Amino acid sequence: MTKQIRTIEEINEKIRQGKAVVVTAEELIGLVEKDGIEKAARKVDVVTTGTFGPMCSSGLLFNVGHTKPKMKIQKAWLNGVEAYAGLAAVDLFIGATQIPDEDPANKVFPGEFKYGGGHVIHDLVSGKDVRLDAVSYGTNCYPRKKLSTWLNIKDINEAFLFNPRNAYQNYNVAVNAGDKTIYTYLGVLQPKFGNANYCSAGQMSPLLKDPFYKNIGLGTKIFLGGGIGHVVGAGTQHSPDSPRTPKGTPKRGSGTLCVTGDLKQMDPRWLVGVSMLGYGTSLAVGIGVPIPVLSAETVKWASVRDEEIFAPVVDYSDDYPNARPDILGEVSYKELKSGKIKLGRKEIPTGSLSGYSKAVEIANILKNWIKSGKFTLNAPAEKIGGPESGIKFKLLNERPVKNGDR
Amino acid sequence: MTITKKIVLTFPQSLVDKPIVFHLIKDYNLVFNILRASITPKEEGLMVIEISGKEDDFKKGADYLKKQGVNVQPLKKDVKWVGKKCIQCGACIPICPTNALKIDRDSMKISFDEEKCIACELCVRPCPARAFEVRLY
Repeated sequence: MTKQIRTIEEINEKIRQGKAVVVTAEELIGLVEKDGIEKAARKVDVVTTGTFGPMCSSGLLFNVGHTKPKMKIQKAWLNGVEAYAGLAAVDLFIGATQIPDEDPANKVFPGEFKYGGGHVIHDLVSGKDVRLDAVSYGTNCYPRKKLSTWLNIKDINEAFLFNPRNAYQNYNVAVNAGDKTIYTYLGVLQPKFGNANYCSAGQMSPLLKDPFYKNIGLGTKIFLGGGIGHVVGAGTQHSPDSPRTPKGTPKRGSGTLCVTGDLKQMDPRWLVGVSMLGYGTSLAVGIGVPIPVLSAETVKWASVRDEEIFAPVVDYSDDYPNARPDILGEVSYKELKSGKIKLGRKEIPTGSLSGYSKAVEIANILKNWIKSGKFTLNAPAEKIGGPESGIKFKLLNERPVKNGDR
Repeated sequence: MTITKKIVLTFPQSLVDKPIVFHLIKDYNLVFNILRASITPKEEGLMVIEISGKEDDFKKGADYLKKQGVNVQPLKKDVKWVGKKCIQCGACIPICPTNALKIDRDSMKISFDEEKCIACELCVRPCPARAFEVRLY
């Protein structure tokens, strides 16, 4: 099964000649059902995947250019949302979940969180003017202390989307066992198991199609936010040691990706600021990863169907906030996508935070890029740690500071 | 018979400075409560009012308003789904009580059936992309 049937160089040669056979993960499933794994592997050169959903660990690293006279920005705000300025003079980083200083947050519960870092990134990539306010203390070399100006993406020097944790390999299904409505990053959860919300593209999701990270790592070229981006490596909280099905598909959150790309060539359709009622803001990010078919094994993994992928059902009223690892059960993405899941004898309607139809759209866009010859594949310069790496996800080892400690 | 109704009046610009509401009270014995009012310069005026009075007087009053060029409509609330803003996630699906918000289970595409919407607004704030707009008219 592991015998190599083609190389990335051979695939790229076919792409350049416009002869590569590219299918989406959904199409591959149909092909494998018809022809079997071996035959499909001989036929297909590349499988495209996709996912589109809120990914909180996302942000923008950018350089606004120097003012005259120069200023070493100490604190900065974009449309009232604070950006981190503890870098060189005019380098800033704005995160998707940052909210304006004057936002009422959850003072009137549940807070609406109408605008935040994710929306700023969306406005910038849309070409809208964004207001920059900055202050500093002034130095001999950087005397300026105050700045208020309009900013447009076309005028700033560099703008790198830099997302420390995206494309979670799998994710919790959130329910509420309590007797009050709760407001979470997985949406509004009605009491007494009123609904179950999930957030994964299942059989389209990049890391669920390459469960052992064989073809993805540092430098892998991907679809990111409607443009071209690259994988930096494993994302934060990458935990490949989670329980897996016999085929190797993780049954918990598991692997993550850190990704980056030039915002200037991205598309606002695939970077959308979102507001989670009672929780905060985030950024819906579109990601698509191409998988080169180097062996039949690639196809075995990439053709895993929704009914073979399981997610844990977690109580967000108690277990989750208290960091207990308990789960209430496991359900397949086929059940989740059917509109209801069964938990014991209870039938619970499902809702999704991840747009499956958009994931398919991304996989199709990427497929067309590859077929038209504008997007070639590359082998990762460094691979992502799999289950054998020993990487484990840790809770904080809290050591309370006592009075008198220095 | 006394009736109470909520109605929306829209005034063309030419009527904004006329004492129309005064005549409603004086000539037609109608009692009313202003729920919302806005007049924008050089545009039209909008007023949402609750009117009480005899059914007969109400009809005559409404006729008077129409004759003056005021548009009279019963108050209607409407939830509009802005398809362009929708990120097709599906967070609204388990929330909608009438299945006005639907998802095609094969393509997982979301659509909105205005006919089935009862304007309960339950979907409005939980929508991550805030793709719903509430219109009063």
